[in-house]
Amino acid sequence: MAAVSQLQRQFIEYTTSLYNEGYLDDQFTQLQKLQDESNPEFVVEVVSLFFEDSEKLLNNLATALQQKIVDYKQVDSHVHQFKGSSSSIGAQRVTNVCVHFRNYCEEKNLDGCLRCLQQVKHEYILVRNKLEALFRLEQQILQAGGSIPMME
Amino acid sequence: MNLGGGQVVNKQSMMPGSSGGSWKSSGTSGGGGDGGVPDQFPSGLRVLVVDDDSTCLMILEKMLRHCKYEVTKCNRAEVALSFLRENKNGFDVVISDVHMPDMDGFKLLEHIGLEMDLPVIMMSADDSKSVVMKGVTHGACDYLIKPVRIEALRNIWQHVVRKRKHEWKDFDPSASADEHKQSEEPDYSSSANEGHNWKNTKRRKDEDDEADERDESSSLKKLRVVWSVELHQQFVAAVNQLGIDKAVPKKILELMNVPGLTRENVASHLQKYRLYLRRLSGSQHPGGMNGGFMGGPDAGYGSISSLNGLDLQALAASGQLGQLPPQSLATLQAAALDRSNNAKSTISVPVIDQRNIFSFENPKSRYPEVQSQHLTNNNSSKQINLLHGIPTNMEPKQFVSLHQSGQHSLGSMNNLVLIQMGGQSQIHVHSQSQTQSQAQSNVNTHNGLRSNEMLPRGGVVDMAPTVYNPVVSVSQASPLVNFSMNHKTDSCGTSYPLGGSLGISSLPTASSALQGDGNLDTKIPRKGIVPSYDIFNDLNQNRDWGLPDVGLTFDQSQHTIQSGLDASNPLLLQHNRSSGRDLGGQNRNLTSDKVVLSPGFESRIHHNGSNVGQPRNVYVKTENDIDGSCHNTLYSEQYGQDDLLAAILKQQQQEGVGPEDEFVFDGYALDDLPV
Repeated sequence: MAAVSQLQRQFIEYTTSLYNEGYLDDQFTQLQKLQDESNPEFVVEVVSLFFEDSEKLLNNLATALQQKIVDYKQVDSHVHQFKGSSSSIGAQRVTNVCVHFRNYCEEKNLDGCLRCLQQVKHEYILVRNKLEALFRLEQQILQAGGSIPMME
Repeated sequence: MNLGGGQVVNKQSMMPGSSGGSWKSSGTSGGGGDGGVPDQFPSGLRVLVVDDDSTCLMILEKMLRHCKYEVTKCNRAEVALSFLRENKNGFDVVISDVHMPDMDGFKLLEHIGLEMDLPVIMMSADDSKSVVMKGVTHGACDYLIKPVRIEALRNIWQHVVRKRKHEWKDFDPSASADEHKQSEEPDYSSSANEGHNWKNTKRRKDEDDEADERDESSSLKKLRVVWSVELHQQFVAAVNQLGIDKAVPKKILELMNVPGLTRENVASHLQKYRLYLRRLSGSQHPGGMNGGFMGGPDAGYGSISSLNGLDLQALAASGQLGQLPPQSLATLQAAALDRSNNAKSTISVPVIDQRNIFSFENPKSRYPEVQSQHLTNNNSSKQINLLHGIPTNMEPKQFVSLHQSGQHSLGSMNNLVLIQMGGQSQIHVHSQSQTQSQAQSNVNTHNGLRSNEMLPRGGVVDMAPTVYNPVVSVSQASPLVNFSMNHKTDSCGTSYPLGGSLGISSLPTASSALQGDGNLDTKIPRKGIVPSYDIFNDLNQNRDWGLPDVGLTFDQSQHTIQSGLDASNPLLLQHNRSSGRDLGGQNRNLTSDKVVLSPGFESRIHHNGSNVGQPRNVYVKTENDIDGSCHNTLYSEQYGQDDLLAAILKQQQQEGVGPEDEFVFDGYALDDLPV
C-alpha cells in the first residue's frame, strides 16, 4: 500500500496547495463533507455540473459583450449567476474576478468588462484543470484500494 | 418531488422532537430516525428549493437532505408555484433565489405569501443592503447569502415554527404557547377541530384527504388555509365592511362565516393583507395617491385628475356615497365619461368608474354633462395612480394618481387596483369601468355609470376589456372591488363609496345584463347599486368620507402605470410595462407599471370580449419589477378589459362578493387579453 499512501499524501498536498493558492475555499470542503456512501460521486457530479454551466455562461458573456450595443444588465446577470455558482463550488478565484466584473458592468465599462471576461475565463480554466487533476488523483487512490483522505 | 403529499408523517407537529410524531418522518423523509430528540432540528421538514442555477440547486438539495429535510427542487419559479398550488400543504418552507430569469424572486415571494402563507427564505449571491432590505419588505423570513452553508440551512425550521406559532397565537393566545411547544394535537382540541374544519374548508377545493387523515392522526400542524380568490374576496369584503381600522380577526371571521376557518387563519391573512396594503401605499407614493384625486367638481373635467378629484371631493363632501351631491357625481361621471369617450385609449375610463361608484344614484344624465375631456387624458394618469394608490390609506389619492399617471389603460388598472386595495377599489373600479368603456369607444354614459356600479371589488382586477362594456364589467367587478375598497375606507378615510362597492355586489345581476351589451343600460346597474349603496351607507356611516383627506392628488408624475397602460387596455394594469426595473423604489413610475394588485388577487378576466359569461380566470401578472415599491402589479395589461370586467362581474354575480377568484397573486396570465 505504499502506492496508496503515497497517492494519498500527494492528494493531501495537492489539495492543501489549492486552498493555499486560493483556487478553492472552504465551500469546497463543505461539498466534500456532503458526500457520503449514499452518493459517493456527489462532488464530481456537482463540479461537472458547474463546468457545464460555466461554459455556457462564458459563451453567453462573450456574445453579450460582442454586441454592438452591449446590454450591461444582461451581462451583469450572467456574471451574477457565475458568481453564485462559483462561490457555491468554492472556486474562490473565479468568484473574486466576478466581483470586479460586476463593478465594471455597473460602470458600463466595456473595456473593463472585456478584461474581466478574459480573466474570469482564465481563472475558470485554471480551476477546472486543477479540479480535474484532483479527481484523477482520487480515482487513482480508489483504484489502488485506498480511501480518500478527508481534508479538515 | 414533492413528498409532501405523501407524508403524513412529516406533517405533524412542527416542533422538533416535541413528540415522536413531529417532523420525524417515519421514513419517508430522510431522517426519520430521531425519535423525537428534542434537540435535533426537525427532520422531515418539507422544503421547496427554487433556483435557476442547477449547480446551486444540486448543492442545496444535498445539504438539505443532509439536514434530513425532504427536498423538492425546481429551477423555475412558475414551476415552483404550480407545485405549491397543487400540493397545498405539501411544503413547509420555500427557499428561493432572488435572481431568476422567468420571475423575480421577490414576486414569487409575494405570491407565496399571499396564496399559501408559507415562510419563504430568499437567497442570493448578492449581499447588498438594498436587496436584503427588499427581501425584508417583501416579507421574506430570512435572507441567505450564497454560498449557502449547511449550518444556515439547518435552522430554517425555526421559520416554520415561528410562523405557525404566530398563527396559533392569533387563534388562541393561550393555546399558542402550548401549541408552539408541542405537538398541536393534544393541546388544542379546539384548534385541532378548527384545524380539521379548516382543512375541510381548504379542502373544498382540494380533494385531497390527506390533511384529514393527518389531522386526525397528528394534525397538529395547522392546516394552512388556502386563500382562494373567493375566500380572499370574502375576506376583503368583511374587512371593508368592518373598516380597516376595526377589522379584527374575530369579527372578520364572523362576517365571513366560512366553516372551518379559524380566527388565526384570518389573523395571519389580515396581517399579510395589511402589509400588502401598506406596501402598496408606500410604493405608490405620493404621486399617485394624493388626494388630488378628488379634484372637486371644479377641478375641471378637462383633466382626468380633476375628475378624480371630483369624485373624491364629491365623496368627501357628501361624506358618504349616498350623499354625493349629484353635481359632483355628475361631474365625475361626466368626466369619466368624457374621458372614456374621448380617450378611448386612455384610462379615463377609470376615472369615470370612480365616479360612478360614488354616484350610484346618478343617472346617466350625469354623464352626458360631464362628458368632457377630462377623462381622456388625465385618466390615464389618474388611473395609474389609482392603481398604485391603492394603499389602504390612499384611496382617494390613488385615484388621483391613477389619473395622472395612468393616462392609458391605467385607468382600467386603477380600477383594478382599487379593487384590491379595498376601499380604494371603489375608485378603481370606476376607472376600470371607465377604461373599459373607453376601450369600447362607445363608452357612453351608461358605461360610465356602470362602471361605477361595477366597481370591482377589491382584488378583482377584472378590468373588463375595453371591448366589453365597461359598465357591465364594472358592475361585476365592483363587488370585487368593493371589498377591497371597504377595506380601505377605514384606513384612509376616503370612504369611497363603499356602498358602491357593496352595491356592486348586488349589481351582478344588473351587470350581467350589461355584459356583452355594448349599450349597457345604466339603469340596470344602477339598480343594483342603489341597494348596495344603502348598505354601504349603513356600514360606513361612521366612515369618514373625507376623500379630500386622502388628498388624492393626481400626480402625473407618479403613476407608474403609465407606461403600461395602453390605451387599448385601459383596464389592464400594467405592471411592468416598462422594462423599468429602473424605477426602483416607486412603483409609481410607470415605466414599470406595476399594477399593484393585491397580491394574490387574481382577477378573473374574461377574455371573451363579449362573453362575460364565461368565467375565465385571467391572471394578471403582476410583476414586481420595481425594486421596492411596486412589486405588486395588480394588473397586467393583458386584461382584456371587457373580458375582465365581464368576468369579474360575472363572478361577482355568482358569488356576490364572494371570492371567486383565487387569491392567486402570481402570474396573472392574461393570455387572451389583448395587451
